[in-house]
Amino acid sequence: MTADQRQAVLTVDDLTVVYETEEPVTAVKHADLVLHKGEILGLAGESGCGKTTLAYAVNRLHRPPARIASGRITFHGDDGDTDILALDDAELRAFRWERLSMVFQGAMNALNPVTTVRAQLKDTLLAHRPRMSRKEIRERSEDVLTRVGVDPRRLGSYPHELSGGMRQRVMIAMAMLLEPQIMIMDEPTTALDVVVQRDILREIVRLRDELDFAVIFITHDLPLLLEISDRIAVMLDGEIVELETADRLYREAKHPYTRKLLGSFPSLSGERGAFIRTGVDETTEDSTVATAKERA
Amino acid sequence: MTSVKITDLVKDYTLRSGLKRTRLRAVDHVSLELTPGRTVALVGESGSGKSTIAKILTRMERPTAGTVDVRLDDGTPVTNAHYRREVQMVFQDPFASLNPFHSIEHHIARPLKIHGRTKTQDDTRARVLEMLERVNLTPAEAIAPRRPHELSGGQRQRVAIARALAPGAQVLIADEPVSMLDVSIRLGVLNLLGRLQREDQLAVLYITHDLATARHFSDEIVVLYRGRVVERGPSDAVILDPHHDYTKLLALAAPDPERPGRVTSEAPVDREAIDNSTCYDHFKGEWTEAGVPARSESKA
Amino acid sequence: MTNLKPTSEPSVADSAELLAETSVETGRKPRAGWRMLVPTMTPWLAIGLGLIAAITLFGLIGPLFVGDPRTIRDMGLTPPSGEFWLGTTQTGQDVLAQLAYATRGSLQIGVIVGLLATALSAFFGIYGAYRGRVVDEGFSLFTNVFLVIPGLPLVIVISGFVPAESRGLWTIAIVLAVTSWAGSARVLRAQTLSVRNRDYVAASQVSGERPWRVIVVEILPNLLPVIASQFVFAVISAILGEAGLSFIGLGASNSSTLGTMLFYAQNGFALSLGAWWWFVPPGLIIALFGMGLSLVNFSIDEIINPKLKNLRLHRKRARRAARLERELAQASRRNGVPSQQAKPNQDKEIAR
Repeated sequence: MTADQRQAVLTVDDLTVVYETEEPVTAVKHADLVLHKGEILGLAGESGCGKTTLAYAVNRLHRPPARIASGRITFHGDDGDTDILALDDAELRAFRWERLSMVFQGAMNALNPVTTVRAQLKDTLLAHRPRMSRKEIRERSEDVLTRVGVDPRRLGSYPHELSGGMRQRVMIAMAMLLEPQIMIMDEPTTALDVVVQRDILREIVRLRDELDFAVIFITHDLPLLLEISDRIAVMLDGEIVELETADRLYREAKHPYTRKLLGSFPSLSGERGAFIRTGVDETTEDSTVATAKERA
Repeated sequence: MTSVKITDLVKDYTLRSGLKRTRLRAVDHVSLELTPGRTVALVGESGSGKSTIAKILTRMERPTAGTVDVRLDDGTPVTNAHYRREVQMVFQDPFASLNPFHSIEHHIARPLKIHGRTKTQDDTRARVLEMLERVNLTPAEAIAPRRPHELSGGQRQRVAIARALAPGAQVLIADEPVSMLDVSIRLGVLNLLGRLQREDQLAVLYITHDLATARHFSDEIVVLYRGRVVERGPSDAVILDPHHDYTKLLALAAPDPERPGRVTSEAPVDREAIDNSTCYDHFKGEWTEAGVPARSESKA
Repeated sequence: MTNLKPTSEPSVADSAELLAETSVETGRKPRAGWRMLVPTMTPWLAIGLGLIAAITLFGLIGPLFVGDPRTIRDMGLTPPSGEFWLGTTQTGQDVLAQLAYATRGSLQIGVIVGLLATALSAFFGIYGAYRGRVVDEGFSLFTNVFLVIPGLPLVIVISGFVPAESRGLWTIAIVLAVTSWAGSARVLRAQTLSVRNRDYVAASQVSGERPWRVIVVEILPNLLPVIASQFVFAVISAILGEAGLSFIGLGASNSSTLGTMLFYAQNGFALSLGAWWWFVPPGLIIALFGMGLSLVNFSIDEIINPKLKNLRLHRKRARRAARLERELAQASRRNGVPSQQAKPNQDKEIAR
């Protein structure tokens, strides 16, 4: 599954996002990124590295005082290219969710607690497909829930009646309701138990194989990305310092920061690596990152 | 040096909804032993009862049944008055466990004063600086007057460790001490804990859901599932050769870059089907019943 | 990460942290926690403090410079003049002298009631919430009972019940305090419940801190802005409440306050006689003092919720960002969609 065989669906070109605060902070610096059809692209980095800001900007979901200072985001749809930055508000609303949808961080708490799952799916559908009939809506809702592994009988449930994992699945169902070509997932499994997390990841990979949408998967958990993604971008201080296929990133990471991140996760079944009880590497928490930044 | 012996710990919570009361057993006959210089990892998902055990050990909760026996080296039991001097805890979230209102110095000086470790003001100050240096927060003079929000997550957790050790604690309960930290600084904090443990011969209970660090950081792993111990044994044995279905599931769920592509190849396991009535003990090499009182032979 | 807790509800403790962070941003290093509890000086706060200071000063030292307010002169109702700056009453008493003593009396009541009510609400709100369980339930019930007691009617009944000769300043103050603390206690209880569940409180308990120290040293500082705001509010309502009581003739018998002044003005038909100098000054003092305290309260609100403070600044920045972005979008629309060749180099590298 090499990248050149696949068609690009999203090109991010020299994207810079600035927070207009007292001293403007550049949260994303000249990011270049190409997302291919049916690809899972991992976006890894630690808190404050700008990975979430980047994902929001791609969708133009960033809120002022954040602003896109430069760059170009192009969506390559089946019916030609779209310059996302040039869309006006109405076009943008139509574009979002229909072409590109998002699963937010802590999304499982984003469901409306006072209406049923059915009503929320219906609202989303009607907002984009006003002419859909009641039967079509019901069929589509049942279909997406079945796809994410939730019993369609749960349609009548209220969010609090569902477990955390289940709510997260409903959110994913909602994101794929309109069959978008791209789904951006921001830490979709962070708040869940490892076992539940695994089930959801399995579901995402399976759905991707079935429906061939592209995924930008954002997380700080590099080992997880190594397992599920095709390519991984590592971000440090707003810059993409390394973009490689998952396998190559794991075997022969070039950037020192990537190597440090990889070394931070002791392997479950492998050797102990840097994690041995020798007491080394205690003091270097800030200095290594600093050197990594200098070299970058 | 102090050791802790937990025997048949039970904790029930009463849930009230309207007039109906239901009993929820959070911890069901758990027995554990913490000895100086050894780390025991308590592994399980959220709701498995591991945090309840931490709360009972730190006396924030009372057990419904069972005993917590803390003894000094020479076998004398630790009195209630001295309990908190011996048993201390490092909390999960370093952003919440330090009071934003007070300086770093306050956080470390208080336990010193409470437990009579220092007598005079100067003495306390010198001791605070010494503690900060022990956890690699240097220059200590510059760190001491700062307030928590001026430090990074890793630095805050070091302060929390210094606070826990300030009374001279010999038993340390670390409740997910690194799960809220950025990954690149987790190792540093764990290695620091490891070094302090060797230096002071601390008895450590490491509570986590992360199997990989549990394996490398601890000597013994105890797997908790729905309030009961379902597997226990030396770290490597439990992780590399899991016997109980739940441990297998956990080991499978942990990301392992050595084995990519696993995610799709393996079929999901029905978790409801896993029972917690049996426990595999790697030390004895046999299956035992879980959730029942420990056999009396150990007492004899 | 299984144990990620849902972010707890925002409270004062968060705002203290937020505030501290903003002060770091601006390069100012807060040395002590107390410093951040002092509100920043704004024109509104300055006006408020100025009003309070002027009226307090008038109440404190005014009585030293005026004559006896009770002296009766044989001159009837006279408008302001060189001799009597604020004129005289029907019985020829100096209005300015009365005003000075009345202001002092009202301030006294306000401060006493403010302190009493704050102490009551702090005790029942904070201590109950900290102890939890039975104590909390009991205190809550007690607070709720006081909350639903209609304040003014009770005050009227109690004041009416106590014979006029023993109805002193303290009686009135206690009656007002007892009927006004419950609302604040509930707010404090809610805040304490939120702060109490924070890890740092648990951590200090585990370190072996005694309960009263946990309350006073760990919890209380995080509640100070709320308590301060409630104190200010209690003072305002006490002064107004006392004025109301005095106006209907149920005030303290042996003291003179702004309310009693209005009561006598009403009885002397000041309004129908057009003697504005008799009733306008006390009314104005009450209004201005209330306004001053309210302005101070707004500034305290900004400490409790720093978002309020940055709201205008934030809006300005947001507008600027939106404008800049619109310009970029327009430029982008003019230039059209980039050609496929403009792909970044990285892509070629991967494709290799």
